[in-house]
Amino acid sequence: MSILDSAKQAMMGAIVRLTPDAPPDPLIGRHGAVGSQLSRIDGPLKVAGKARFAAEVPYDDLLFAAVLFSRVARGRITSLDTSGAKAAPGVALVMTYQNAPRMGAPKIMGESPMAGGPSNLPVMQDDRIHWNGQPVAVVLAETQEQADYAKSLIRIAYEVEPAITSFEAAKAHAHPPESVLGEPPALETGDAEAALAEAAFRVDNLYRTPRHNHNAIELHAVTVVWDDGSLTIHDASQMVHQTAWTIADMFGIGEDKVRVISPFVGGGFGGKCMWYHQVLAAAASKLAERPVRLVLSREGVFRSVGGRTCTEQRVALGAKADGTLAALIHTGVVAMTTHNSCPEQFSFPARHLYAADAIKLAQEVADMDMLANTFMRAPGESVGTFALESAIDELAIAMNIDPIELRRRCEPEKDPTSGAEFSSRHIIEAYRRGGERFGWHRRNPVPRSTRDGEWLIGHGVATATYPYYRMPGAGARITLSADGHALVQIATHEMGMGTATVQVQHAADRLGLPIHQVSFEYGDTTLPMGTIAGGSNQTASVVAAVRAASDALFDELLRLAGNSSPLAGLKADELEARDGGLVSMQDPTRAENYAAILKRAGRDELAIEASAPPPIEVQKYSMHSYGAQFCEVRVNETTGETRVSRFVGSFDTGRILNPKTAASQFRGGIIMGLGLALTEETMFDERTGRIMNPSLAEYHVPVHLDVPHIEVIWNDIPDPHSPLGLHGIGEIGITGVGAAVANAIFNATGKRIRELPITLDKLL
Amino acid sequence: MRFIINEHSIEADVDVRTSLLDLLRDHLGLTGTKKGCNQGACGACTVLVDGERINSCLALAVQYQDREILTIEGLGTIGDLHPLQAAFIEYDGFQCGYCTPGQICSAVAMIGEIRRGLPSALTEDLALEQIGFSEDEIRERMSGNLCRCGAYNGIIEAIRATYAEESAQEREAAA
Ligand code: FES
Ligand code: FES
Repeated sequence: MSILDSAKQAMMGAIVRLTPDAPPDPLIGRHGAVGSQLSRIDGPLKVAGKARFAAEVPYDDLLFAAVLFSRVARGRITSLDTSGAKAAPGVALVMTYQNAPRMGAPKIMGESPMAGGPSNLPVMQDDRIHWNGQPVAVVLAETQEQADYAKSLIRIAYEVEPAITSFEAAKAHAHPPESVLGEPPALETGDAEAALAEAAFRVDNLYRTPRHNHNAIELHAVTVVWDDGSLTIHDASQMVHQTAWTIADMFGIGEDKVRVISPFVGGGFGGKCMWYHQVLAAAASKLAERPVRLVLSREGVFRSVGGRTCTEQRVALGAKADGTLAALIHTGVVAMTTHNSCPEQFSFPARHLYAADAIKLAQEVADMDMLANTFMRAPGESVGTFALESAIDELAIAMNIDPIELRRRCEPEKDPTSGAEFSSRHIIEAYRRGGERFGWHRRNPVPRSTRDGEWLIGHGVATATYPYYRMPGAGARITLSADGHALVQIATHEMGMGTATVQVQHAADRLGLPIHQVSFEYGDTTLPMGTIAGGSNQTASVVAAVRAASDALFDELLRLAGNSSPLAGLKADELEARDGGLVSMQDPTRAENYAAILKRAGRDELAIEASAPPPIEVQKYSMHSYGAQFCEVRVNETTGETRVSRFVGSFDTGRILNPKTAASQFRGGIIMGLGLALTEETMFDERTGRIMNPSLAEYHVPVHLDVPHIEVIWNDIPDPHSPLGLHGIGEIGITGVGAAVANAIFNATGKRIRELPITLDKLL
Repeated sequence: MRFIINEHSIEADVDVRTSLLDLLRDHLGLTGTKKGCNQGACGACTVLVDGERINSCLALAVQYQDREILTIEGLGTIGDLHPLQAAFIEYDGFQCGYCTPGQICSAVAMIGEIRRGLPSALTEDLALEQIGFSEDEIRERMSGNLCRCGAYNGIIEAIRATYAEESAQEREAAA
């Protein structure tokens, strides 16, 4: 960030802090559909196998694609022999850089609000190879079997150039990234190293986390068709508008010429953004002049869709005798490429969690020749909390105090790095409730003191944290029909978070309608632009947009109601929506329902579109979610195997909109955290840059037997500064879990493991 | 080739390399059966053949002619859900819903295995005629069906609620 930018930001911050708060959302305290245990409204479709995913859209004349990937990490293609493949039965064409349509390079996500490219590398435009696994050819054939077979006949020769495929080697040239998601990569208050050296108690260690892959069970897939210069992409997407814009830009056509439709996404977790397969399918379909379906193989997903990068982090804590922190240092380096921008913000938790006299935070990136890494569930926080919360546990042990008590003593009054007020922070309450539920007081703090036969039993705890985000620019349209039905439309995403369900609940309350009178449409670029499904921002952003549209709708209804309505003379802020109409808050006898207003005005329907106000709240307050993760493990003394036998997650995430779907989201995050703690690792061959375990048989995600019953509870204290008082909850579940498990393993065995995943060999 | 799918006889002329999964999805439009790996590692493609569960991605269609194939579409419909399908909704046994048809088909066959007295790696007493429906017994038997959304708790609850109830009713009827 330039000095000018920093100065501008500081000034903006000052202005924002002086801006008065927006009045709290009037629905915050109201009980209605929001807060109820509504079952998923897309449930029947999904259990009956009738929810149609991207690879399942039928077209006559469809061609099937198979993708070939580079086997070298860096260099160029010296010869290409596709004659055998072209001559194979059923083959329509083979696309390589030699015949692919000319396309511009993608604009990288973050470069502009509409850009969604995973990196700025051109896609199949030249002979250059940038990573081991880069797509080098696409075969289109009448059936998948024919395409797969023909692919095996392609012969390619490469000229190999030296590549940086060793993290150690890359680290030697590590450098700070330009910014870490808009935040400075380094921050320092006071002299943290000096304070550490003088501290009464100290811990200072390195923590390592490996690469991860999202591994949504649905393979990345698209069905694409060109029609008269317009492209339709049936995609599994967590960012429909950005995908459409970026691909339109690459093909040099108008944004309105690309439609992305994505009604169902079979799991995303950050992995279902824009990658190369959408572009390759569109390009090949353009060449073939036929609709194309491209389903990546599981190996293809590992080769061409990035995952979470590896990290090496130093956490050093220095405590005074009273248990408060004199120094907090969290620095480190992650692997990245020169063609993307995703620095895995591991230092974010330390920016907001603990008060310390001196703080030093710094992030660096080490450039490698590899597939661009990307965001994966709680990028940064998931692995950052592993290091930070392990270190807090180590400090508590060094000081011989309870780790929860240590956290209580370090609780800050204001945000320790920005100085902003917290909008809503009840982390100690989450610890209290979680501890009660878990039975923390019964835990024996002495390592290796509890056993059941050959199983050593241990208990650990760690803090979960994730920021509250609300993205600017989301708009929504509400169409009210004369029969009193409301249709809410916004191009947002349902990947299993429950978006479609809770937004119906929300709209029902906002408009004073019963749930069956509301429908919700999303996942299509022909709808008003919503927000990406990322950073756990979607629910807050959509709620704010729908609220803006409903405010505009009420103004228009009042206007239409005219002078003969019982509402005549009332202003919008004197009304509430109830029983299918508008009612005066002062005098409930003054009311009129929507159907009557529209009928008198001679209207069949009324459609209004509006955009959410900018997210001033995030500039004014330090807004975060918190949680306390409690874990019990059993470690086999003979084999080193770890089993998680109990888990309690206690969360402070504002108001919960649907306890049923929320509990599932928390659990889903925690379970992915158990994978991060114990089994998950994308193995990267440091000699060749090739991923060695590109399959679900060798990349171990948690299975049924790995997962005990997980209890989740929450404070349910609304944040007065957010829409509906809510915080997004898609990511916080995974945070803190790695440390909770590692801390429990230490309590069970006396062994401190600072490198994930904690596999058997590390405990023997 | 002739197939019996969801009690219908179906003729299809496909490449002998076609898997049963691709036959269903790409040739017959029965897309309720899902593809998550095409390698036998995730269970998303589980269907029932003569009442037993198989990974249809590892099965060549040509070998399954004239066998009774049951897919999620044959188990229940939106208007007439199988009790287990309804329980998955009630207990929130899914999020994205992609692994769900496989989980449900797998569970239906798994219950049959328990009832037939087939032991699992966790069954302690192999001589028992009636194997219990304990949570771990079900977890072990369902471990071939991955759910990346992590809906495992809800899936186990849905299965137990459905079959613990049925077993109780059966016992009552017998008594
Ligand atoms: S698709 Fe058959 S097991 Fe994964
Ligand atoms: S519900 Fe998404 S994978 Fe199981």
